[in-house]
Amino acid sequence: MLKISRALWISVILATLILTACAPAPTPAPTAAPPTAAPKPTEVPKPTEAAKPTTAPQATTAPTVAPTAAPKPPKSLLIGYTASQTGAQQVASQKQIEGLQLWLDDVKKAGGIKLKDGTVFMPEVKFYDDESKADRVQTLYTTLINTDKADFLLSPYSSGLTRAAIAVSEQNEKVMITAGAAEDLPMDGGTKRTFQLYTPGSQYYLGTVDLMAKLDPSIKKIAFVYENEAFTLSVMNGIQPFAKSKGYEIVVDEKYDSTNTDFSSFINKISGANPDAIIGGGHVTDSTTFAKQLYEKKVTAKMVALLVAPPEPTFASLGDAALNVVGPTQWEPVMVFDADTAKKANLPFYGPSSKVFTDAYVAKYKADPSYHSAGGYAQGLVLQKAIEDADSADPAKVVAALEKVNMMTFYGVIKFSTDAKTHGKQTGHAMVLMQWQKDAAGKLVKQVVWPFDAKSGDVQLRK
Amino acid sequence: MKTFSSPFFWLVLVVVGGVSLLPIVTNSPSLREDLFLMLMLVTLASSVNIIMGYTGYVSFGHIVYFGLGGYAAFYLMQNFSVHVLTAALIGGVVASLIAFLIGIPVLRLRGAYFALATIGINEAFRVLVNNLPFLGGSVGMLFSFSAYEPYGGGKSAQQFAYFAMVITALLTIATSFIIKKSKFGLGLMAIREDQDAAMVLGINPARTKVITYAISAFFPALAGAFFFFKNGTILPETAFELHRSIESLVMVMLGGYGTVTGPIVGAVVYERLRGFLITNPTLSQAHLVIAGALLLLIVLFVTAGVIGWLRQRFPAVRRYLE
Amino acid sequence: MNFEILIASSLDGLTLGFVFGLMAMGLTLIFGVMKVINLGHGPIIVMGMFTPLVLSQAFGINPYFGLPVVIVLGLVTGIVMYFVAVHRVINAPELTTLLATFAVNMILIGTLTILFTTTPQALSLEMGSLQTGTITILGTRVVAVLVAVVATVALYLFLYRTRSGKSIRAVANNRAAAELMGINSTWILALSFGIGTMLAMLSGALLATLFGFTVLSGSGYEVKSFIIVVLGGLGNPTGALLGGIIIGLLESLVAVIPLPVIGSIPFSWVPVIEFVVFILILLFRPTGLLGART
Repeated sequence: MLKISRALWISVILATLILTACAPAPTPAPTAAPPTAAPKPTEVPKPTEAAKPTTAPQATTAPTVAPTAAPKPPKSLLIGYTASQTGAQQVASQKQIEGLQLWLDDVKKAGGIKLKDGTVFMPEVKFYDDESKADRVQTLYTTLINTDKADFLLSPYSSGLTRAAIAVSEQNEKVMITAGAAEDLPMDGGTKRTFQLYTPGSQYYLGTVDLMAKLDPSIKKIAFVYENEAFTLSVMNGIQPFAKSKGYEIVVDEKYDSTNTDFSSFINKISGANPDAIIGGGHVTDSTTFAKQLYEKKVTAKMVALLVAPPEPTFASLGDAALNVVGPTQWEPVMVFDADTAKKANLPFYGPSSKVFTDAYVAKYKADPSYHSAGGYAQGLVLQKAIEDADSADPAKVVAALEKVNMMTFYGVIKFSTDAKTHGKQTGHAMVLMQWQKDAAGKLVKQVVWPFDAKSGDVQLRK
Repeated sequence: MKTFSSPFFWLVLVVVGGVSLLPIVTNSPSLREDLFLMLMLVTLASSVNIIMGYTGYVSFGHIVYFGLGGYAAFYLMQNFSVHVLTAALIGGVVASLIAFLIGIPVLRLRGAYFALATIGINEAFRVLVNNLPFLGGSVGMLFSFSAYEPYGGGKSAQQFAYFAMVITALLTIATSFIIKKSKFGLGLMAIREDQDAAMVLGINPARTKVITYAISAFFPALAGAFFFFKNGTILPETAFELHRSIESLVMVMLGGYGTVTGPIVGAVVYERLRGFLITNPTLSQAHLVIAGALLLLIVLFVTAGVIGWLRQRFPAVRRYLE
Repeated sequence: MNFEILIASSLDGLTLGFVFGLMAMGLTLIFGVMKVINLGHGPIIVMGMFTPLVLSQAFGINPYFGLPVVIVLGLVTGIVMYFVAVHRVINAPELTTLLATFAVNMILIGTLTILFTTTPQALSLEMGSLQTGTITILGTRVVAVLVAVVATVALYLFLYRTRSGKSIRAVANNRAAAELMGINSTWILALSFGIGTMLAMLSGALLATLFGFTVLSGSGYEVKSFIIVVLGGLGNPTGALLGGIIIGLLESLVAVIPLPVIGSIPFSWVPVIEFVVFILILLFRPTGLLGART
């Protein structure tokens, strides 16, 4: 008798313990504003230009907004995403979100996203820290979709995390706009509601062929040296067959492990093959060390192109080792995209011009925008355009509108593939190649060297 | 068998099973996601407890079997359209076999050497898979979205994976219980306390340890198969993540190692805590520091873990609380 | 031509190997003295990387002149860490100390992330180089080797010629007997832990002069340290140095040696070979090349 009641007593304690522990997580405090962005309304410059996206339709439909339609209260539009506030993606994710926040400010200033019938949507954001981990991304996007009932989703930063996010968003049939994710693989899998803003990885290095031809037609031998990692491989799988088809000889084709920190012996091996050009790299730390050691070992190659690190302003701290290194980038502040460029390309222009964007960004964050920031702003911008075009926030209609998008923005051209297999893949945005060069004062500056019609400086031979 | 007549055995299974039904009852996909992860951690922690808690061999790199099971199953599903259940079982068998073969030489090592060896094994498989093109190399593998059609679409596949994980967790707990209460389990604990004395008593430590190690590899493999099936993609760095392995050790310690319910309690508490810290806006920046500090306090002051402490403090409980 | 590549790579590997050896020496010393595997090894190396960075950015001090600061900081960190995390559980089973040091690992990485974020960092140092033919030896590497050698010699003189050093060796050999001889084992253990972390931090500072880093760089070096200490023999500092040199040479030469049929081993396979070597050593010669000090 006694034994049973004791056992019962203990089991009850245990059960309560487990049940209380298993109770649904306390609803996470709504994180509507990124912790670091401190909105300073008094500092915003050029209010009118930055605030109003220049949409031609608005001008013509103004008369149809009948004065008799009662001003409707703005409806909320919830945009969900995860931010990498800790972990390896912390810094880039932060910049992407800063760009997004700037868009949010601009939309709020303009009074919201307006439909033809007078409905106004005021976008709100909800995000969580994904710790730069794919599992967290999946759990958190499920929460965003099911608990927070986000209307639209944006991707985290990085191809790896975005892969995880796409799996969840597609399974739940939510629309997601990705930035910071260039890997081809997920966008070749027949997604239905995912739209990619970044130029796909396979296109990153295609321009180097033009550069090499221009620099020195005698360049024949290329060494491909790159990180053994998913995004890097998507880039190399694009350039290698292309270079071969253009008649270049691949003298070295070697991968290095992501954990590799020293490239000295690797460089010895490469030098032995006497390449004219070295193309490859990986992420920031390894590409930077690689560039540094190429210089230290006095490797003579006419062109050196590395991934991810060269567009970073801190790359210049390498000094002479950074000189003449080429890198692919999605966008640079020096580029000009405005109504005039659009007219020349025979495309409509939408949103602020590149100069307006850059100035507003600098004013708010006291630093130059990077391509991560541009991607973040573009995420919001393209969603806004799609909602306006669809004249509704209904996901199916927005998807149809996104499929039709073909426009120029401060970020460049945006157009998505509508083919079933590659649906949503970015097809309009051109990759840009930049190079570090010395200006008249001997200071290292970034120049856009390709495409030739958008260049800010001529590509230089590496000495 | 003695275990099946123990009411506590059924109680634990019913409680865990009951809680697992909550997301179905409340129709909450978020809760289901949370519990999926939780049950996976319970499985991992319980399996590591089978080798570590009972025999005292600290398997630091145990997550390797999670990865191996995941990869084996994913490969079969991706290339041969095998059903997830079959693929998972095959993955489990493959992992157990590898564990058996590796176990024979590696379990001869003791203490720190064994722990380091298991780290080496995990890392070796990670970098090996990173270089094998037929497994996707560093790109890993990705389901096309039509892969879930046989299961009735993406959402049904998620539900299916969830139930599969519930069953896996229950199986792991049941096995853990059965081993502990059996003569086989007594032999394991004898090995943990003093291997040489155990030999004197007629226990064959080499064979016993290897069999236990192989059993303990089966369940993480199943968990891996269902986890990656649900995610739709697998990569070497997520399949063989050493940090996850160490976290399962933390959970076992937290709950009480060598007990059956210890890993369950540990997994639940640890995951709740981390989830709370991450989503709390003031604390999220410092989540790692706080989690580390709490872990340190527990390791230093409550070494036996929650269940262990309960058993020490209330001796009468020992008969029932395993 | 190939010959020059081999020599160049050997030199690269050798110089790096000395720094790796220094890095592993701290870990092996701690294990030898108190049978604790310090899982906080990685973040401590990272602390060593950030100290000269902070000194050079905030005070303009040349990273090499910051080394004494690194040494003192390393010692203090180790002693504090010992008393906070290890002392209470020093006699508990291995798993407890493993988890205690792992908890410290989490705390350190969390703190470093708050202070510095995960931005990639680099020290800018120009030290010139020597060059003959295609073989270049960098000034930074030469200095790194010199510092590593000086530190090793200093460690030896300390362990064999000073009273504290001998006390450490006594406690490592038999703690109970040492206590009976009147040695305050608590302080000696704390000191050993401090020396171990000091060596780790010093190696971190040297690594920072050679490569770029982030707050997360520690885990790679930590795993490499495990390989090296096992290779050399757990608890044996000379073994750690030898193990470090072997690993350094292995990493540099394995992909460069010309082989029949396949030409050469692809560079991405180097880690696979390292781990296979690691496991083979554990299986066939667990006491390491120079024998462990148990």
